[in-house]
Amino acid sequence: MYEPKIIGFLCNWCSYAAADLAGTSRIQYPSNMRAIRVMCSSRVDPEHVLRAFVNGADGVLIAGCHPGDCHYISGNYKTERKYVLLREMLEQFGIDPRRLRLEWCSSAEGGKFAQVVTEMTEELKTLGPIELGAGD
Amino acid sequence: MSKSEPRIGVYVCHCGLNIGAVVDVAAVAQYAQTLPGVVVSRESTYTCSDNGQRSIQEDIENHNLSRVVVASCSPRMHGDTFMKTCETAGLNPYLFEMVNIREQCSWVHTDKEQATEKAKDLVRMAVAKVRLLEPLEKQKSAVNKAALVIGGGVAGIFSALYLANAGIKTYVVEKKPSIGGHMAQLDKTFPTLDCSLCILSPRMADIGKHENIELITYADIENISGYAGNFQVTVKSNPRYVIKENCRLCGVCAEKCPISLPDEFNMGLKKRKAVYIPFPQAVPNYYLIDAGHCLHITKGGCMLCQKNCPNDAIDFEETEAVRELNVGAIIVATGFELYDATQKKEYGYGRYPNVITNMDFERWVSADGPTHGKVVRPSDGAPPQRIGFIQCVGSRDEKEGAVYCSRICCMATVKQATMLREKYPSAEIYVYYTDMRTPGKGFEEFYQRGREHGIVFIRGKPGEIEEDDNHNLLIVSEDTDSGLILRNTLDLVVLACGLRPPEALEELAQKLHLSRSPDGFIMEAHPKLRPAETSISGVFLTGCVQFPKDIPDTVAQSGGAAAMAAALLTKDEIELEPVRAAVDEELCIGCGLCEENCDYGAIEVKKTEEGMKAQVIEVACQGCGVCAASCPQKAVTVRHFTDGQLLAQVTAALEPEVIV
Repeated sequence: MYEPKIIGFLCNWCSYAAADLAGTSRIQYPSNMRAIRVMCSSRVDPEHVLRAFVNGADGVLIAGCHPGDCHYISGNYKTERKYVLLREMLEQFGIDPRRLRLEWCSSAEGGKFAQVVTEMTEELKTLGPIELGAGD
Repeated sequence: MSKSEPRIGVYVCHCGLNIGAVVDVAAVAQYAQTLPGVVVSRESTYTCSDNGQRSIQEDIENHNLSRVVVASCSPRMHGDTFMKTCETAGLNPYLFEMVNIREQCSWVHTDKEQATEKAKDLVRMAVAKVRLLEPLEKQKSAVNKAALVIGGGVAGIFSALYLANAGIKTYVVEKKPSIGGHMAQLDKTFPTLDCSLCILSPRMADIGKHENIELITYADIENISGYAGNFQVTVKSNPRYVIKENCRLCGVCAEKCPISLPDEFNMGLKKRKAVYIPFPQAVPNYYLIDAGHCLHITKGGCMLCQKNCPNDAIDFEETEAVRELNVGAIIVATGFELYDATQKKEYGYGRYPNVITNMDFERWVSADGPTHGKVVRPSDGAPPQRIGFIQCVGSRDEKEGAVYCSRICCMATVKQATMLREKYPSAEIYVYYTDMRTPGKGFEEFYQRGREHGIVFIRGKPGEIEEDDNHNLLIVSEDTDSGLILRNTLDLVVLACGLRPPEALEELAQKLHLSRSPDGFIMEAHPKLRPAETSISGVFLTGCVQFPKDIPDTVAQSGGAAAMAAALLTKDEIELEPVRAAVDEELCIGCGLCEENCDYGAIEVKKTEEGMKAQVIEVACQGCGVCAASCPQKAVTVRHFTDGQLLAQVTAALEPEVIV
């Protein structure tokens, strides 16, 4: 069966901690995501996301602190601005923008984190493998 | 980038069965051995143990390792541990990378094959990154040796006294006109029946006169910036319109004041004037004018207080005062709010005069309360003969938004029932409970004594209270132990209201960048091992701001928070994280996007001989990396999270055969 490959950029303070909490709470979710820890979601450069797709990722998750809760004052707002533009760009490249997700998970939201990964995995399964240049 | 081929050691941990039961640790370690640059790859039962750490250190020495990868738990758990392991063995701690195969792998997946594959991928990603890591040196920053305690209840009072007694200059900022918090409103404490104010007021007085403590009451925290060892805090104090040195507490002002208002300290059961003292033992101990209700301030005229004050203590010219505090550590001790019982409409609080809350009870039973300590039916002043307590009001109640147990209400009710029993030996006293919880020193004994004294405990939470024409209260409930339906007509019902995070906590948490648990209380750095620390270095917490707890637990945690703060403040300098931005001036075109995006003013475009160039202000930089992600020239990077390092992880995750 097709198993989508997901790259997850998780901010150190909220979403990485949420993923840890999902672990300490033993909340199960699919094993499709490979996490990359960054200090803030705003560290994620659109190029990182594009390179992930070029290298064969079927989906990319960027997860940060909730609006207003950013450890670095307003980094997550800047992430959101880049994300909106990046989705448009993906569409122009023929990549389904649903393959890129931005989610807010506080360090107390282990359940939400697991749900996000589960939902994303399910959605990517319906989208099928990424095919660059094939009008994905 | 290091010139020679790195020599990498990989350590894959079983963590007992925590990882080993799901992930094939031996297979992961064998796989790691095949990765480029890996010279040692081992599995170990407990890598964090002395033995496990020693094995890494021996390898660093014997195999001349230049990089270390540990695949075990979260870096948030043991990252620091292994960085120290490397450092002790002479390897720069930033040449270490941790792989989380427990919290983010073995604990969340059950399929052994998939979990093992994921663990291999994660190890490969770490090896790809660790190859590109560079040694970083920690900078030092001077520690400002003062502390700030936010909140002047029992938690804040004890934190501040512990710090001040250790010789540390401590500021206490309290929102209300007096310190004391909820504990000052209690009549007695459980299970010893100590008089609450008798044990608290001497400590309150200590705060007022301690040479190392500066008390700022009736004040709000406006802004907080900085980092551990060096916080800047803006505090705004509201005007009291009374000159402390002149006020002799004669009370003539309050006698003459024409405005009568509900007295908050007495839960509105008594009246106070617009010029008032919150309670007799208040610290600081002088009057203030409630600006929102003073006739002169709101409408002009009056000034009866000023005209009649024999000591010229009234000063309507006083304005709010804004101060900047420079402190090295902050203790958050802002406590709780009582659940608003009017929300629980079926119990009729606010509509039925003879339904009161547990905090109302404390004021009724207090010598300073509305009846000088006589508990009566509010509707007619008669002594109650049939009294009921209802537990878990606003606690363990998903509908009311609190799944948690408030921890103190069971014992508070046993205390209040015991006090009623003393006052009314023949009264019938019923406690409607969900589960009686008595986990504390002397608690179960206290509860059993209550039972022996004829307090009747009924298991079952009443659905609603009805009232008859004489304000008697009818409770129909199921005794879930016997299955019987019980009908009871009572004179007085006390609602054991639970504890909630204060409404203003959201704003304070945002100012301090603190995380909150789903229940709204502040989240500790680790639920077991770091209960008095927050996720923000230099910010500590104590008391009910973390979670409901009783007075002994609060005082103990205050000692812990103060000790943690003192450990920081007794250092002359602290090490700052070297994860910071850096600019390649050759690539920089001086566009200023980085400067525009930085929330800390930590990167500035300046004129140089080579033209406009961005420059990082190292002490201000927090290492978030927004500058690096916004630079169109790739001239700005963040150490330890460079584009090259992050992209190496991306590539390694997706293309196993390619490791740069």
